[in-house]
Amino acid sequence: MIAIVDYGVGNLFSLKSSLAYIGADATVTSDAEAIRKADKIILPGVGAFGDAADKLRESGLDKVVIDEAKSGKPLMGICLGMQLLFEKSYEYGEHKGLGLIKGEIRPISDVIPKNLSIPQIGWNALIFKGEKHPIFKYLKDGDCVYFVHSYYGAKCEKSVIAECEYGAPLTAAVASGNIMGCQFHPEKSGKVGLDILKAFCEL
Amino acid sequence: MITKRIIPCLDVRDGRVVKGVNFRGLSDVSSPVSLAKYYSDNGADELVFYDITASAEQRQLFTEILTEVASNIFIPLTVGGGINTVDDFDRVLKCGADKVSVNSGAIRNPSLIDEAAKRYGNQCVVISADVKRVDKTFRVFAKGGRENTGKEAISWIKECVERGAGEVVLNSIDTDGVKAGFDLEMLQAVCDAVNVPVIASGGAGCIEDFTTLFNKIPKVSAGLAASIFHFGEVEIGDLKRELANNGIPVRL
Repeated sequence: MIAIVDYGVGNLFSLKSSLAYIGADATVTSDAEAIRKADKIILPGVGAFGDAADKLRESGLDKVVIDEAKSGKPLMGICLGMQLLFEKSYEYGEHKGLGLIKGEIRPISDVIPKNLSIPQIGWNALIFKGEKHPIFKYLKDGDCVYFVHSYYGAKCEKSVIAECEYGAPLTAAVASGNIMGCQFHPEKSGKVGLDILKAFCEL
Repeated sequence: MITKRIIPCLDVRDGRVVKGVNFRGLSDVSSPVSLAKYYSDNGADELVFYDITASAEQRQLFTEILTEVASNIFIPLTVGGGINTVDDFDRVLKCGADKVSVNSGAIRNPSLIDEAAKRYGNQCVVISADVKRVDKTFRVFAKGGRENTGKEAISWIKECVERGAGEVVLNSIDTDGVKAGFDLEMLQAVCDAVNVPVIASGGAGCIEDFTTLFNKIPKVSAGLAASIFHFGEVEIGDLKRELANNGIPVRL
């Protein structure tokens, strides 16, 4: 069973239905016990980092996610959920993350040319880094996924498993052992996205 | 490299797609679910559903259909039509919409944009503007293009972005339905004024119109159209291959 952590941030409809569509047994939950019992955890999220990090802490689920991740259970953060795995973020101030991935979240305006729109919204090709990570096992070079973001993962070179090119290389996905994160939305990335979720379920 | 998006727009009334005809191999062309799946399978990068129903019962039907679409099609879905309050945002987001497009509702109450962006994030709020030239100035029209609000369009769109809109759909009333190409002059003016993605709407008649759009105005993020896709005049697959042949990045 996959636990989709519900801490009051974002729209979990598509994530839940995409997992149901591929036949995965997933449940949206804010119950610590259910998350502890699950085989895998997905940490979703949209919106601002500070608010989301506060809500996760207020719910007490931050500790559960950290404990379970440290116990070796596969964990995937999606979009803001990926960013929350990092040590800190500079979105509207400075906020502490879960510290499961080394690095920090910075505005894409730091690195991209001024003529490009912010946020990056749309489909961009994944550029795999190093040996192709197991969650990408069904993908081929040039496959595109759907991004919506104004911030990106920086100083995380050792964990980057895919980048995208948006006037500059931006972190598209990270992994460190059993802990993974996607900046893009696999649940909105058509067949390619479903294939990533399927590969995660098969870990 | 970020790809240019091609977005079909589906008008839904009484739970059926209006104007949906002429697809080979698609038995129920006015079913939103089968049409959405057809577009998704054939390369559409996003879908826009426009709710043109009037009554509460029909609105309920629309959300049921949206739920069914969102349970089966995993590309971004934008919903517009009849969005006047944050509760309207809530209603469609709960049914699987990713983005919500506001038009007349924001003209009546601009703070709707601030409230929605604060609650759901800027990425969720799309400002859709129907714009027409009046005495050589760009003016915003409301109520489906029937009513001149007197608002100057560029400053209105800038205001919406400052209030938190994360994307702009610019529909030129002057070129809409003419099928002689997008309104490049108007699009350029908007692209120069804002830094969020701009989606071009109104005027596409053939594949070349999209090639011209993306070549002449590189900052435009997406092209939106309805009838040319629905009537099969332009197949999205053909369109995207032709764009790729012209060096325009697309998702194939």
